[in-house]
Amino acid sequence: MTGIYNMSTHQLDTQRLLCPLPVIRVQDKIKELNNGDLLEVVCTDPGTMNDIPAWCRINEHLLKEKKEQNHQYLFLIEVVR
Amino acid sequence: MTQKKAVSLISGGLDSLLATKVIQEQGIHVEGINFFTGFCVEGHTHAIRKKDKQKQKRNNALWVAEQLNIKLHIVDIVEEYKSIVMNPKHGYGAHLNPCLDCKIFMVKKAHEWIKENNFDFIITGEVIGQRPKSQRKETMPVISGKSGAGDLLLRPLCAKNLPATRPELENWVDREKLYDFSGRSRKPQMSLAEQFELEDYAQPAGGCCFLTDENYASKLSDLWKFRGNREYELDDIILLKIGRHIRPKPNFKVIVSREEGETRFLEGYKKQFIYLHSISHKGPLTLIDGDEISDEDLLLAAQITARFSQGRTADQVTVEIIDKKQQSKEVTVKPCHPNDILNDWYL
Ligand code: SF4
Repeated sequence: MTGIYNMSTHQLDTQRLLCPLPVIRVQDKIKELNNGDLLEVVCTDPGTMNDIPAWCRINEHLLKEKKEQNHQYLFLIEVVR
Repeated sequence: MTQKKAVSLISGGLDSLLATKVIQEQGIHVEGINFFTGFCVEGHTHAIRKKDKQKQKRNNALWVAEQLNIKLHIVDIVEEYKSIVMNPKHGYGAHLNPCLDCKIFMVKKAHEWIKENNFDFIITGEVIGQRPKSQRKETMPVISGKSGAGDLLLRPLCAKNLPATRPELENWVDREKLYDFSGRSRKPQMSLAEQFELEDYAQPAGGCCFLTDENYASKLSDLWKFRGNREYELDDIILLKIGRHIRPKPNFKVIVSREEGETRFLEGYKKQFIYLHSISHKGPLTLIDGDEISDEDLLLAAQITARFSQGRTADQVTVEIIDKKQQSKEVTVKPCHPNDILNDWYL
């Protein structure tokens, strides 16, 4: 995946995965990251538009951006510990 | 007393929501755990099919966790779960649902989780008599015993019908404030939901997974029968939820997309399967799942593809066939007549 926001952020490609797998991948990736790290995620399951924001709210991480672009759903999450 | 901590098995339905709420009300810190088996009914096909775009696509377990204001840990158990589905010690329910083994397995995983995370006990939303196979008075101790959780497994909705567990005996929770629900009626749950002022909750009709679905189970049986074993990969079980599955011959079946969303999804499998699509008319994407595919088989698959294209009544439809090495050839075929696709071929 090419950097959609900033090349210094961590990236996660969950294209073709169906919910809840994108959420599981985000959850597992964020376990490896530190406070303040940014994670950009690309998904193709439209369900992620609800699920990833919900997961961020529950786990108190900051969803800085979500957008839809050519059947892709893109998220930028800031890790909060 | 330090605050006790419980993990709750969250399915996304009402019962686990209520069980969690009951325990939270007693001042216990609760976090949720949800297991992804690969068969979960969570919007998969809804997410793909365009016609279902308007349907609610939320993940019920996440939604429940948000209502309860608890953390939710979603655990991928796809690999470990295979042995449960392929070889359940306690057998299947009405279809291919190994509910009792499944419950034992999930409680066992939750028990491992509480040990790793220093939690004190496990709660589930089980109710005696709610499900004919897995939620009976006799199966409750089987689940506690075989999972290894023993008396650390508390079922708040029917606890009063069962022997007291450690959280009750040690007064971590007040048994008097637990419930004695039993049977198939949903009324007690509905009235408790009303008491908690919960109005919007999921009421899954056919249980929590595709294994309880007759049509899905018959496609899975077919897959096992023609492969000659019960092994499966995640892609296999996801593909069973998508498209029309038609088996014209024992050595292969075709998966034909029903609309644009499914076509786009099946495109992701182009490298794993021989695939076909009509080039003279708009139409579906077809994957061929099978072995030793002959030229005659390819022609039949092309005719089926043409049948579901906009050229279905045309004399001839040109179909492109691309093999796994991405080499392509074109064939011109007469679309199958609907009667040529026998009812038995549809899985
Ligand atoms: S319906 Fe499926 S997930 Fe639920 S207990 Fe049965 S096998 Fe397990």
